[in-house]
Amino acid sequence: MTTLTSRPKSRWERFCDSYLLYSFKRDLIAQISLLVFIALVAVAVLAPWLAPMNPYDLSQIDILASELPPFWVDGSDPAYLMGTDAQGRDLLSTILYGARVSLIIGFGAVLMQATLGVCFGLLAGYLGGRVDAFLMRLADIQLSFSTLMVAIVVGALFKAIFGGGTFSDYAVPLLVLIIGLAEWPQYARTVRASVLAEKGKEYVDAARVMGLSSRRIMFRHILPNTLSPIFVISTVQVANAIISEAALSFLGLGMPETQPSLGSLIKSGFDYLQSGSWWITLIPGVVLVVLVLVINLLGDWLRDVLNPRLYKG
Amino acid sequence: MIAFLIKRLFHALLVMFVISVIAFAIQDNLGDPIQQMVGQSVPESEREALREELGLNDPFLVQYLRFAVNAAHFDFGYSYVFNQPTTDVVLRHLPATLELVAAATFLIIVLSVPIGVYSAIKPRAWLSRFFMGVSIVGISIPVFLTAIVLIQLFAIGVSWTPFPADTGWGAWLNDLITTEGGMPAYGRGDPVPVFGTWETNFASLEGLSYLVLPAISLASIMLPLFIRLIRAEMLEVLQSDYVKFARAKGISPRRIYFLHALKNTMLPVITVGGVQIGTLVAYTILTETVFQWPGMGLMFLDAIERSDIPLIVTYLMIVGLIFVITNTLVDLIYGLINPTVKLTGKPA
Repeated sequence: MTTLTSRPKSRWERFCDSYLLYSFKRDLIAQISLLVFIALVAVAVLAPWLAPMNPYDLSQIDILASELPPFWVDGSDPAYLMGTDAQGRDLLSTILYGARVSLIIGFGAVLMQATLGVCFGLLAGYLGGRVDAFLMRLADIQLSFSTLMVAIVVGALFKAIFGGGTFSDYAVPLLVLIIGLAEWPQYARTVRASVLAEKGKEYVDAARVMGLSSRRIMFRHILPNTLSPIFVISTVQVANAIISEAALSFLGLGMPETQPSLGSLIKSGFDYLQSGSWWITLIPGVVLVVLVLVINLLGDWLRDVLNPRLYKG
Repeated sequence: MIAFLIKRLFHALLVMFVISVIAFAIQDNLGDPIQQMVGQSVPESEREALREELGLNDPFLVQYLRFAVNAAHFDFGYSYVFNQPTTDVVLRHLPATLELVAAATFLIIVLSVPIGVYSAIKPRAWLSRFFMGVSIVGISIPVFLTAIVLIQLFAIGVSWTPFPADTGWGAWLNDLITTEGGMPAYGRGDPVPVFGTWETNFASLEGLSYLVLPAISLASIMLPLFIRLIRAEMLEVLQSDYVKFARAKGISPRRIYFLHALKNTMLPVITVGGVQIGTLVAYTILTETVFQWPGMGLMFLDAIERSDIPLIVTYLMIVGLIFVITNTLVDLIYGLINPTVKLTGKPA
């Protein structure tokens, strides 16, 4: 990899000429979605510098200022733009930190399930036979139970095994593991389908004749050719993972209230809905929906552009 | 057909076996029945004797076989919390969940078929675009949030008057966003007993009113998916040669759409749809939590909270059985109504 003299175009130039960029420039919804998504990720990443308060710092919380409404409702305090929650935490700051937790778990879980799913999918598709039958039957069973059910059951088991306290301490890595274990079949199926299509092509035969090891053929030769469908389902899976995390947290099997994600904020606010404090639950809810919606819209656009053969349903 | 049937039944048994092994592993590792039976003050030697007597020191396989035989008789022991056989507890909560799923399924079928067919027949109409837009927003809203918004709108009510009330249009806009509230959103009310432990919400208007909000929430999770699926399948069918031929023959469009095209659209919808209706049972856990609907999902969460291991195990086994039965039935129905499917699954 030293002398690449005959390379006609750099990667950046190729990207500028690509159909991907062309269709992006023509699609207003995709542009707005990307803009909103980048803005949300930016404020979530920069939460410690942007947020007016640190919701994890107990000394900054004023219990007397609890359940204050947001600025456009009578009785609000200008110091708390979006109002406060039941513990007197500034809701805006808590949402920023919460979005950070949700995004970390969302991306972490997708990385986890992609790793598992790609490995299993490659193995099943390339080796075939019993390995294929076993892995795909496992995937079928898991999918027929719905990923949410599997996540709830695994979450409940982890909570029973580790106990509530330890579970809360390690909630982020545990949730990544739970959601990763629950949703790998989506990847495995997509990858397997692509591998089956690639396996019969000449370049794979050539690699085999050259005596390359199965592992090298799978990861260095077949995997790069299956990346486009992986890329497409990854967007949708990030949205799914964020929703799964929110659902688990809402059921009390996710992030603790001291370190809330958007889901556990919604849960903690739900208890105060009947007393009229709708903002604690509905404002984080709107943020969650916008976040998931823009990711889904981007995923839709990407699927239309790349148009891989996707598993239906 | 017989070979297909046997194959499917074998598959179903295999899945139940896997579930039972998982359930037994949970019971074996997490539940200590001795602790629950005797409390703190009993010395270790007596505990050991009791453990021996109950067969808890037997090898894993022997214990599993005992568990499996009992499970086949729907005997999973006693719930720690209710102090009743766990099967009775689960069966008492089963009707509430099944009624919720039935009501949601009814809503899904009644709404998704016309909307899906319409947006396939007229893909460029603004109403179709509107439905498609709403459906992608719908996919992005978690079911518990839908439920919370419904509670705020129709149970608590919204009294917000941001527009000037003295002008005609202001008052009209204020009226538009103000909702009454008052819909029941907590529990089942007073369901009418049918027989045994089965009580129904379908028998009275009052009972139905309790069912409205939970059923809408539960339906909202699957509705966008079904609309998109029916639309996609219908669009594909409308491109096929036989539909073009029927058009050329001069058959009325209505007859083509609803008699010829819809039939073939429903085939894949039944397979995907049947499985998805099964997964609705998973989403009842969320819906029942929000509405405190006294079904199996709420019971399961309570059991987790209180570490009621036998009840958790029973729930897993019974829900697993429901999933397996739905999936097998869906496969069989599909095999029956689609003459082109290869029943034995052998490659050509």
